[in-house]
Amino acid sequence: MNKIWLIIQREYTTRVSNKRFLLVTFLMPILIVGLIAASAYVSVSGIEHRKIAVIDPNGFIQSALKNSEQIEFSFPKDVDTNNYKEKGYTDVLIIPKFEGREKTEYILRSKKSMGLMLQNSITNKINNAIEDQMLQEAGIQQNVLDSIHTASQFAELKAYEDKGSSSKESNAGLAMGIGYASGFLIYLTMFIYGTMVMRGVMEEKTNRIAEVIISSVKPFELMLGKIIGIGAVGLTQFILWITLIISLTSVASNFLPADIQQQVTALQQNNGQMAAGMANASESAKQIYAMQHTFATANWPLIISCFIFYFLGGYLFYSSLFAAVGSVVNEDAQDAQSLLFPVTMPLIFSYIITNMVTQNPNTPIAFWASMIPFSSPMVMMARIAYGVPSAVSYWELALSMGILIIGFLFTTWLSGKIYRTGILLYGKKPSWKLMIQWAFKKS
Amino acid sequence: MDPILSLSHLKKYYSDQKAVDDISFDIQEGSIFGLLGPNGAGKTTLLRMITGIFYPDSGNITLDGKAFDPINDIQKIGYMPEERGLYKKMKIGEQALYLAQLKGLSKADATDKIKYWFKKFEMESWWNKKVEDLSKGMSQKLQFVTTILHEPKLIILDEPFSGLDPVNANLIKDEIFNLAKKGSTIIFSTHRMEQVEEICDQIVLVNLGKKILDGTVTDIKQQFKENIFSIQTAEAISLEENAIFSVVSTSNHTTLVKIQHGYKSNDVLAYLLKEKIEVVGYNEVLPSLNEIFIQLVEDTHSTTRAFQPL
Repeated sequence: MNKIWLIIQREYTTRVSNKRFLLVTFLMPILIVGLIAASAYVSVSGIEHRKIAVIDPNGFIQSALKNSEQIEFSFPKDVDTNNYKEKGYTDVLIIPKFEGREKTEYILRSKKSMGLMLQNSITNKINNAIEDQMLQEAGIQQNVLDSIHTASQFAELKAYEDKGSSSKESNAGLAMGIGYASGFLIYLTMFIYGTMVMRGVMEEKTNRIAEVIISSVKPFELMLGKIIGIGAVGLTQFILWITLIISLTSVASNFLPADIQQQVTALQQNNGQMAAGMANASESAKQIYAMQHTFATANWPLIISCFIFYFLGGYLFYSSLFAAVGSVVNEDAQDAQSLLFPVTMPLIFSYIITNMVTQNPNTPIAFWASMIPFSSPMVMMARIAYGVPSAVSYWELALSMGILIIGFLFTTWLSGKIYRTGILLYGKKPSWKLMIQWAFKKS
Repeated sequence: MDPILSLSHLKKYYSDQKAVDDISFDIQEGSIFGLLGPNGAGKTTLLRMITGIFYPDSGNITLDGKAFDPINDIQKIGYMPEERGLYKKMKIGEQALYLAQLKGLSKADATDKIKYWFKKFEMESWWNKKVEDLSKGMSQKLQFVTTILHEPKLIILDEPFSGLDPVNANLIKDEIFNLAKKGSTIIFSTHRMEQVEEICDQIVLVNLGKKILDGTVTDIKQQFKENIFSIQTAEAISLEENAIFSVVSTSNHTTLVKIQHGYKSNDVLAYLLKEKIEVVGYNEVLPSLNEIFIQLVEDTHSTTRAFQPL
């Protein structure tokens, strides 16, 4: 036991004190936050500006084509397809005379081709204008039409889940997001730490240090020590990431203007309404409040503890398989590739199922995939995000956890058997038949 | 005196061959023992059973008078495998400390011992270097130190001199003698015969999983001698084959003769004196271990395998 502890310590300290570990751990959250900020910045500032000359013989479309940040519409008389560039326009839009209800086309001529989103928005505007025109021709008043347009933007779905007597606000969008993020994170870490274990085993084997160590400790202890040590590295990394992300977001919120912060606090105290006598909250304060409110609907303690359980369970399940693969191959990376295939296939397949489950947490395939230990760490996390016990009942969760524990005990035992023989074997790659023989022969 | 290590009827069969097939021998405490054999003879499998890495299919290993217990007796054994390895990225001091702690030494005890040996082998400045910065010979020295650090009673060295320059090879050789003098027993596995002749008290030769030779170096040489004598003469002579001896070879002033069955070495001398040949030197030529080794191995039609047994 004491020796396993020594091995765990070595695996852990050599990796954690590595410069690359520190770099990855501290740069990753900054990179992610930076990436989000950069893409937000690009989407705001990177918009191209278009100046479109419209030739419209109908007259009623002009009012529908309102200028936006991106597009400036104008309706000059003397512009045609030949001279729009000289007149300083980027595009010219030629709308035919609409008569009757025949399908017709309008033409856009551009200096540079226009993106699909912009094209669609222009088409929608024109079609809406035509629709309105037709409604008016059918006898509906303009002011009636306007009031209908505003009304149609007012309804919003608010879903609640019933838990006994109390009901709680639920949010499918958030559940999907959490489910997808945690499933993806587990998928990613299985790969990263699994290959880390495999490389570690291969290093010991090709360096021939395995034989020195195995003359001091049992092969199983060496394998277990490595798996636990690297698992602890993974856990450390997660904890550091969570702390970093929390502190980064709290630092970021300090940059909010003071009045907005006050408004957000006021909204929190009054359940989303501004108290009487106070000024109306600004749009951004409302958005921030809505975001916080939505986040609060998720059961974070449960999600985080389940995440840690499924991360560790899945890691133990897969990493021992990765260790077994590492023990039978030599320096040849190609051998590793072909042997890894049966290990990585279920991982990739589970990830695909996870994607489906994030939208539909209660299909039969979701149920079975959250029981089978090959896929349960990812799929169950996607389901848990929808709530326990509303989407996943307690017995399902307990059963899935139990099977995962049995599963990783089994794979560790099996891999230990293959590892014990493989680690001392040099030369050609053993066949599958031989590996199965090792796994099931008596010690 | 009781042997420190005693193997009796040890067997280890793999699915496709008999790696170790009924081998027995004893090793006396404080001796330097040579385990010889061509590649693939079963040496490594045998050593792995003695170090507790493999369990024998049948047979018994007795260490220090008691049945060998792979878990608790590990501290009594220091094993330096033929294919040596160290963690390339780990600092040398930490590495030695780690390996010593795995052998059961406390951290403080291990640190003291490492300092002692590093000083002795002039490796003190290496502590914070990484193994990847060391030459092959340097890492060999480090490996030797980590093998003997915990003062094992039984030290198993598989090809300890490969890759060492003569100075470092001598350093290690002297240390092997020293350790033996202090009471450690050394098992020395190699196929470099000249080293065996120089170092080993007792040898065992294995081939194809079986023991084919066992004894002290002098005994074995006596056993395989072919009654060949070398005669050095003052002038070049040419002897004829006769009833007493046959001529093996003649070169300048030295003639090798093989004494015929039923005659003794003095009969040759008497013949030479009678022929009035001026003899300046006369001695028996014993076969080298190398010759014995090649002769025995070729007799058994061993095939050298490139791979370790499955």
